[in-house]
Amino acid sequence: MTRITVTVDGVPYSDEVEPRMLLVHYLREVVGKVGTVVGCDTSNCGACTVHLDGHSVKSCNMLAVQADGREVTTIEGLATGGELHPMQAAFHENHALQCGYCTPGMIMQAVDLLQHNPNPSEDEIRQGMEGNLCRCTGYHNIVKAVAAAAGSMSSERSDA
Amino acid sequence: MTAVDDRPQAAPEIGNARRRKEDQRLVTGRTKWTDNIQLPGMLHLAMVRSPFAHAKIGAIETSEAKAVPGVMAVYTSADIADIQGVCITAWPVTADQKTPDHLPMPGDRVAHAGEIVAVVVARSAAVARDAAELVDVDYEELPAVLDLKAATTDEVLAHPGLETNKSAFWQLDSKGGGTGGDIEEAIAKAREGGIVIEREYRQQRLIPAFMEPRSTVVDPTGEQVVMWSATQIPHVLRFCIAATTGLPESKIRVIAPDVGGGFGGKLQSTPEEFITLAVARKLGKPIKYTETRSETMVSAHHGRDQWQKLTLAAEKDGTVTGLKVDLICDLGAYAAIVGGGVPVLGAWMFNSIYKFDAYQFNCTNYYTNKTWVDAYRGAGRPEATYAIERMMDELAAEVGVDPLEIREKNWIRHDEFPFTTVAGMTYDSGNYEAATEKAKELFGYDELRAEQKRRRDEKDPVQLGIGVSTFTEMCGLAPSRVLGSLNYGAGGWESASIRMLATGTVEVITGASAHGQGHETAWSQIVADRLGVPFESVEVLHGDTQIAPKGMDTYGSRSLVVGGEALVLAADKVIEKAKPFAAHMLEASVDDLEFSQGRFTVKGTDKGVGITDIALGAFAGHDYPEGVEPSIDADATYDPVNFSFPHGTHLCAMEVDTETGQSTMRKYVCVDDIGNIINPLIVEGQVHGGLVQGIAQALWEGAEYDEQGTLVSGSFVDYTLPTSADTISFVTDHTTSPATSNTLGTKGVGEAGTIASTPAVVNAVVDALRPFGVDDVLMPCTPERVWKAIQSGGGTQDAETTSAQQAHFDEGTPNQDPAAGTTDGVVQ
Ligand code: FES
Ligand code: FES
Repeated sequence: MTRITVTVDGVPYSDEVEPRMLLVHYLREVVGKVGTVVGCDTSNCGACTVHLDGHSVKSCNMLAVQADGREVTTIEGLATGGELHPMQAAFHENHALQCGYCTPGMIMQAVDLLQHNPNPSEDEIRQGMEGNLCRCTGYHNIVKAVAAAAGSMSSERSDA
Repeated sequence: MTAVDDRPQAAPEIGNARRRKEDQRLVTGRTKWTDNIQLPGMLHLAMVRSPFAHAKIGAIETSEAKAVPGVMAVYTSADIADIQGVCITAWPVTADQKTPDHLPMPGDRVAHAGEIVAVVVARSAAVARDAAELVDVDYEELPAVLDLKAATTDEVLAHPGLETNKSAFWQLDSKGGGTGGDIEEAIAKAREGGIVIEREYRQQRLIPAFMEPRSTVVDPTGEQVVMWSATQIPHVLRFCIAATTGLPESKIRVIAPDVGGGFGGKLQSTPEEFITLAVARKLGKPIKYTETRSETMVSAHHGRDQWQKLTLAAEKDGTVTGLKVDLICDLGAYAAIVGGGVPVLGAWMFNSIYKFDAYQFNCTNYYTNKTWVDAYRGAGRPEATYAIERMMDELAAEVGVDPLEIREKNWIRHDEFPFTTVAGMTYDSGNYEAATEKAKELFGYDELRAEQKRRRDEKDPVQLGIGVSTFTEMCGLAPSRVLGSLNYGAGGWESASIRMLATGTVEVITGASAHGQGHETAWSQIVADRLGVPFESVEVLHGDTQIAPKGMDTYGSRSLVVGGEALVLAADKVIEKAKPFAAHMLEASVDDLEFSQGRFTVKGTDKGVGITDIALGAFAGHDYPEGVEPSIDADATYDPVNFSFPHGTHLCAMEVDTETGQSTMRKYVCVDDIGNIINPLIVEGQVHGGLVQGIAQALWEGAEYDEQGTLVSGSFVDYTLPTSADTISFVTDHTTSPATSNTLGTKGVGEAGTIASTPAVVNAVVDALRPFGVDDVLMPCTPERVWKAIQSGGGTQDAETTSAQQAHFDEGTPNQDPAAGTTDGVVQ
């Protein structure tokens, strides 16, 4: 067992974990962040995507011990002050989810995408979301939602 | 009670693109997936699965696994023999269907790779999995039948005890059934002076690949055993458990909490569910089993898998006269819950929207030593639509006319509805002309045809192909009597209850069980309009046999057209029950009352009372009319009178690089007629998702096995689901021919996109390649296959480029067909 200290959604945690434990299992089973889900065992689906120190990672693709001393944001920590994050709102507004299983990962990935490229073209959105699988929506509305969020987030920025 | 209603007229909810109620939870991660459930004292399972496709099970050595700290037990078949139940098939398609026993955990023989032979119970899933590795099973390998065509010869038997691989033969014949002429006569006549087109098409095996792996939690600690499961069918599952495990139905509660997609793939009662239940009963502890993705791929049922032999007879001018269909279908190792019935659902659909005089559908189902096959989005109807839409393109090519022209010549005209088809189905409404006109316009059909001609003339290495699919489907399963006549083991009704709560909100209970379709929103819209209550006041409850005791669940695009009608019936009963209360409160006669916008008013006066006020009055019970019960709640069960028949015109433009075989989608337009639309936003979403699943069959997906019977496309690395980068944005629109068989005028939409899009895409690819002499490409139309088709079709390329181009087809290329380079990869 190894002791790790990780901040998850703004709260510090200190836990003993098995060295082989995946970050996603630490989040779900130890911290209780079950909003983050597992969709595959080959790091292909992106359902488990969270932010590590502000950047998206597939949390099934790293060990919990690798998160020691770092900061994790999950889908549960994205909304602030009871207000949906603009990306969450855009997913809702554009019907970018059906069953919702891919949604936490999609939203976390999309937020990261816009951090790197605030005004992506459709093609850039499609390329940037490529590592996240969705079986329900056919991606059409997900792409629309990300574009809409880019619009609203950049207008927020220009307002500021 | 207000005397005057001065509220503005509320806009109708039906037709409104309401944002979904269920989203708030889902976008914030406040979800209840089965795997999220934690109960005190809960233990976890890992399954020991056979690596062999067909083998006798010998000794199973469990002592090493049992010795691992944290392992509570290891069970084999004998340990749970009396309580494990049976995976049953609900639809033996004929009285003499051969059906092998399907135990959740067989004790003597496994019939496909991935079958469970032992289960490890431990304190954590990780410990259980580690210990499962230590269970040592002796297998005696048996010869396995892995190819559908080989199965028909009976040389190797999937189940030696059955003495044949054939499960059943099912026929629909228009002459025999009195719905049309003699198919052999029609073909003979066409052979003389008309056109006969004979083709064989392959419907490859697909994997539903819902995003949430299946998971089951069973808590046996209460009076009722509670099962949470990632299922589309909690009610059917409860029935199956009661019917086969010895637990009384009243002692079982099944809950489908949030379910992460299904597409037919969670329309099953699974070995994993039965085993989890058996272990929970044995140990008296809550038990959880969540599968890995690799387990999903190999053990959750697959879809499609047919060879289709088709003979189409027509007159010289392209007027169709007859269609003969001979299917062989792979059921995999067992008859699943719908099982052999899936291909049979195609029987009424191969003739589609066309006016054939004679028709015959022959379907023979076989067992092989592969994963079982059952419903996958469309179930039987995509297979049929693919075949007929491909054949209509072949006919157009033969006659030398535009594919739309040949369709128009043969389809049912809008003034011919209702129309009874050669398969005996009565289509209530539709307008193929209108949908096609609109689709052509949105697509820019004539311009794209002109561009195609230009590219052909210029011998552009990138050719343009235009694919057409004018599909229909039957959905809304199903009138119970029809199901009865087909030997199906259940009815097709749906139920609903409406509880008018004292404080003005309304609880709606539906027997349909949503897993992404947005029932909570759409049902709220229907009830809000019907009862005149705010959308926000309606709460929709489902997916729990204790809350919604009666239901037939969600599949076959049935929820709205069947479940929605049950809601209407229940709402109308509420209004009817509220009437005497209103009359009593308004001191009027029931005959003088009118109900509109949630209020009863007395005709010709300004006196009125709201239905929610009546609910409060009934709750208080202080003052209500004689002879009625103090409640206006109502239950209803609706049995549909007919199927519904959505249709649409789908147009697809594909650019095919004839030098590399790479095809790229340029444009996709669909105009669907699904009758009246409750929520256009949800409908669009269903169409988009369906389209991509159908397109994926055409271009990317296929479950492939090696000669040992191992599923080689057994993970998301090898089973190539489309990504956002593979797909495009679509143009979707609608025409509206309301269904006449239900009050809301709706038709189903859940499967339409999947059914229509596969042939549209393949037709486009083939259309691009026709100048090269190509008339078919096997699905999925990988670059490899397209390129080979061009070569063997007598393409115009010079031979020197060949070796250079082959370099494109290396192993690492995404979406590469695993069968590349084998004979499977060549064009028929
Ligand atoms: S769970 Fe699939 S990528 Fe992490
Ligand atoms: S919404 Fe169901 S997988 Fe994306």
